[in-house]
Amino acid sequence: MNTITSLSFTYDGTIDGIFSCVFEAFDKKQFPQQIFKQEVAMLFTQNYHVVTDEQKANRVIAGLKKRISKSALQMLFICWLSEMEGIEMLLFNYICKSFRSPVSIELNFADSDVLELSKIYKKVTREAERMRQFVRFQKTADEFYFAAINPLYNVLPMVADHFEDRFADQQWVIYDIKRNYALYYNLKKTEMIYIDDIKIDFQTGKLHRDVLSEDELYFQVGWRQYLHSISIKERKNLRQQRQFMPKRFWKYLTEKQN
Amino acid sequence: MNAAIFDKLQILAEAAKYDVSCASSGTTRKNTAKTIGSASGWGICHSFTEDGRCVSLLKIMLTNYCKYDCAYCVNRVSNDVPRATFSVSEIVELTIEYYRRNYIEGLFLSSGVVRNADYTMERMIAVAKDLRTIHKYNGYIHLKAIPGASPELMLQAGLYADRLSVNIEIPSEESLKLIAPQKDYQSVLQPMGYIHQRFIESKEEKKKYRYVQPYSPAGQSTQMVIGASPENDRQILHLASFLYQQPSLKRVYYSGYVPVNLSDARLPALTAPPLVRENRLYQADWLMRFYQFNVDEIVNEQYPDLDLELDPKLAYALRHPELFPIDVNTADYEMILRIPGIGVKSAKLIVTSRRYGRLSLEHLKKMGVVTKRAKYFITCHELPILTVNELKPENLRHLFIGNKQGEKGNHSQLQLLFS
Ligand code: SF4
Repeated sequence: MNTITSLSFTYDGTIDGIFSCVFEAFDKKQFPQQIFKQEVAMLFTQNYHVVTDEQKANRVIAGLKKRISKSALQMLFICWLSEMEGIEMLLFNYICKSFRSPVSIELNFADSDVLELSKIYKKVTREAERMRQFVRFQKTADEFYFAAINPLYNVLPMVADHFEDRFADQQWVIYDIKRNYALYYNLKKTEMIYIDDIKIDFQTGKLHRDVLSEDELYFQVGWRQYLHSISIKERKNLRQQRQFMPKRFWKYLTEKQN
Repeated sequence: MNAAIFDKLQILAEAAKYDVSCASSGTTRKNTAKTIGSASGWGICHSFTEDGRCVSLLKIMLTNYCKYDCAYCVNRVSNDVPRATFSVSEIVELTIEYYRRNYIEGLFLSSGVVRNADYTMERMIAVAKDLRTIHKYNGYIHLKAIPGASPELMLQAGLYADRLSVNIEIPSEESLKLIAPQKDYQSVLQPMGYIHQRFIESKEEKKKYRYVQPYSPAGQSTQMVIGASPENDRQILHLASFLYQQPSLKRVYYSGYVPVNLSDARLPALTAPPLVRENRLYQADWLMRFYQFNVDEIVNEQYPDLDLELDPKLAYALRHPELFPIDVNTADYEMILRIPGIGVKSAKLIVTSRRYGRLSLEHLKKMGVVTKRAKYFITCHELPILTVNELKPENLRHLFIGNKQGEKGNHSQLQLLFS
């Protein structure tokens, strides 16, 4: 006896892989109930592995462009960066619905997939905003500006433009501690790099003293004192402070270190 | 770099902290020449102090020496406080260094009045000018205009700054004269009027010529101190609403009076700043700017003060049960905005989504509507639950105050306050 309960796809973990899944599904008229990354093997389901194919992926994207707006498509890419469990199926369903619907589904927030993705989109863009807010550069003796941070989602690619535009005349590095890669701007363009032996304290994201520029610690201490000075003690509201500036960032924030 | 600069920083930050404005919004400036800085348009909060306020700009005074003696101010001449003065280059250095570390969006510079208004204003302009012309700095600059500064200086200030502000501080002229004898409304309204005129002119010129240096592109803002003088909320909000008629005036800030000068008999003996009232005023301000409320609908002869226990939108709804329930599937956007528990974002979601089909309470909940609140004021796909009319406003009032449900919904509004 066969105990197959449902069909699932496996894919290589890339976004092109998701688009390829959509292509295969329409091509074979087989629609999965689950999509897993390759390494996750499932019992009691029928597994079908989809090989990522850039051309097929591009055809799906081209088709989507005719059915949803540019910003909705952009939203799908951003949701992908959430790395959330189950994101594959949400994206898959959204795309399939878009192909079946005569009008764009993107504003139909009464649809659970549309609404769910719009919420994820909000979370990811909020996390990206937190990079713009809470990244703290330390200046090194050789005039690099280095920051380490630990974002919930894989958002550094979303903020590269912002930092590149703002700090166009300084070399900077923003290092994602969890994903172990960094954005590096070399005064011309921003690249993704891997750093082998990184001289930081992983608890605080701070560089070792011996590589810092001469004045760096003065500026750090001055900043800490500044934040203390401008707070009005009669208005103390620690709950609000925590609400706007989540605790999980504090260990990397210059002003919250000793 | 001289370490003494940080001692001054402490004194002059301490001295500047009662000016609540910290917004860095209103200007979008790309960094075209590959130098330093950009302005993001919506403003970014880089940190939050222990009092929960947003830190976006390096907020400091050029000097806290001042020849005036305004009763509500820590820096008044008769106070015995540590004093310091920054040099122009010190402020420029601090701004650039902190900007490069992504601590700040830019600089907010104010000053006590030394010698005379022009002398003080000139030094402040020198800071902005150095930043812009020598350091090619594109970040945000907010300058506080010194009342009484000459028109030539006001003109220059606006060419380097993104935003200018002149603080009204005291919401009626009568009280102002009592509390700040050297000031009058003329000295405040005149520079505000000048900024407004130049702001409008530069917008007009921009339509005609391609290269016009914008004048204070993020407009102007002002601040009123709340609770240092006897004005009621109606007077305060009427003044705010009057000021908002000038399109250059982007923000009115309300600053609950912090009793800094306890011994002054002209000031009330408060034990704590009136924070709840301040919050209600911000909510009312919000209703005027984003919810299409008219000031008289919020405060009027019959209700001159805001209800401290309820937010002004809910208070309005309870005073006007005849407008409810509102059918979310058919009502106009403006009416949907008036439903307690529905904010601007969910109101927009409602009007776009209902084209696809009728909305139910469950849909509303998913769209972020606080249905616990809204359910008394709406009908949707389902049969109406008991509404404000059956339950009676008085009873609902007790319900909302009783379970403090009301307080929770306010934070998203508060959050926006500082942006
Ligand atoms: S002029 Fe300004 S700094 Fe001087 S006392 Fe009055 S409010 Fe304070």
